Amino acid sequence: MNYRGPYKVRADKNAPYPEILHPEDAIVRVVRSCICGSDLHLYHGLVPDTRVGTTFGHEFIGVVEDIGSEVTEVKVGDRVMVPFNISCGKCAFCRQELYGNCHESNPQATAVGGIFGYSHTAGGFQGGQAEYVRVPYANVGPTVIPEWMDPDDAVLLTDVVPTGYQAAEMGGIQPGDTVVVFGAGPIGIMAAKSAWLFGAGRVIVIDQLDYRLEFVKNYANAEVYNFRELEDPVVFLKQTTDSLGADVCIDAVGCEAEGNKMNYILGTKLVMQGGATTALHWAINSVKKGGIVSIVGVYGPIDALVPIGNVVNKGITIRANQAAPKRLLPRLIEHVKNGIINPKELITHRIPLEEVAEGYRIFSGKLDNCIKPVLIPPSAGM
Amino acid sequence: MIQEDNAPVGPVQISSAAHSHIKGWGIDADPSNDPTYPIKKRTNEEQLGNTWIRPSQQPQDVEILTSNERNNLPAVFGTSNPPSGLSGAIRRFAFKYSESDYLHWLPLMMADRVNVIEGVVKDLAHGHIPNGFKERGLKSVWKYNKGVFIRKAALRAAIIGATVAVAVIRSKKKKAR
Repeated sequence: MNYRGPYKVRADKNAPYPEILHPEDAIVRVVRSCICGSDLHLYHGLVPDTRVGTTFGHEFIGVVEDIGSEVTEVKVGDRVMVPFNISCGKCAFCRQELYGNCHESNPQATAVGGIFGYSHTAGGFQGGQAEYVRVPYANVGPTVIPEWMDPDDAVLLTDVVPTGYQAAEMGGIQPGDTVVVFGAGPIGIMAAKSAWLFGAGRVIVIDQLDYRLEFVKNYANAEVYNFRELEDPVVFLKQTTDSLGADVCIDAVGCEAEGNKMNYILGTKLVMQGGATTALHWAINSVKKGGIVSIVGVYGPIDALVPIGNVVNKGITIRANQAAPKRLLPRLIEHVKNGIINPKELITHRIPLEEVAEGYRIFSGKLDNCIKPVLIPPSAGM
Repeated sequence: MIQEDNAPVGPVQISSAAHSHIKGWGIDADPSNDPTYPIKKRTNEEQLGNTWIRPSQQPQDVEILTSNERNNLPAVFGTSNPPSGLSGAIRRFAFKYSESDYLHWLPLMMADRVNVIEGVVKDLAHGHIPNGFKERGLKSVWKYNKGVFIRKAALRAAIIGATVAVAVIRSKKKKAR
């Protein structure tokens, strides 16, 4: 995959084979690679320092083809799932299990650790929407896929499942809590599913696309509401929660939130702020006093319109981070094995890598009831 | 006013002995008051500063723009698409400013747009004519949303047509004078 500019990508058949550049590198032959909702922010030209020629893709699995001299935890031939963050395992942040905040993998920004294929703002690494990819710190990130696991489940454990799960975890959900999830994309769907695992008493999902709301209603047993049919989602949510608000609100939308024209234009067309903050705005205003807002939606690095006064006056706790799949994988693998979570049910489109441009267009335009597309390289064979 | 009298020398100390000059130091400390749990595993490494044993350093053989909020190059970094051309010059300008400054991010966005044009020029220079229809995935829009495809195509044609018409009319008026 080769990014050529906003809304333009192509399959490049002449891409060079990646090289081992560090003794802890591995080269992985990709067998599955997803397009993430946050890839759409890159695709739409909203992420600074997204250079032409970049290969996107931070959700991938594959087979180890080559390893550097200091790689000991994986060997050639291993089938591995690779978390979306690039983590050294040695810095203070990695040692505290903040694997998304590694300090030894991103020269261009201190605010985020290295991420595969997520622009030079996240380290300038080529991503996994390719046949082969360089995987730094192969002793830390890549996890061998259990023999019993379906590759379609494994690829969703690299980002979607851990991020949705951590969204719920950061909500500090207590038994009986009312949880509202903004966004019925793959992350929101998984956050809603995960909320029950923490003992939620009620899970509500808000979105504008009926087909996604229908899916999450069935997949995650959620109450669903289309905000286009509500005069004011905040008033509605207050009314449905005894006028007090939800205990926990989760923002699983991020910087391209719709629902407020002014906010959308300022954030995505004029780029006067780090994205459209409507979902976060609603989350802050719909949560109970003393409640928790958990943010996994991705926003840009510059300022954004947020009702911070309400955060103070209501005594809201905000928790946010890039998820740490490496910390969560042992638990999540167990959940998949026991049938508690079935990630592959989210996949609606399987697209050859050669048709990556169509894949992006389908996902971006929400065409053909798309929820989660997976790209399959010609050399997949798995 | 800048005063460094109370600034710590070396790692921040966490013992009561080190803070015996502050009455009541630590009297209300409560380890359970930790809003980062369980996302962050407390190891009290914060007090050690930037002193961890670093991984070996990846050799640098291309230009890597580095945030001025860092004191070093990270041990590992991406090497794709080093800065070049006009977009590269704009990016170098942007990196003179911190991540906290609009003069860092807005020029980077501008550089991205300039880079798109550079990409087309490079394609043409290598004898490749970009296929806009294919790169934009428009086959899928035609397949799944014909109405939107036709509306947008008609709008684009109207804008292009109007622009060309205005240009032709202006050119004719100029010649008439």
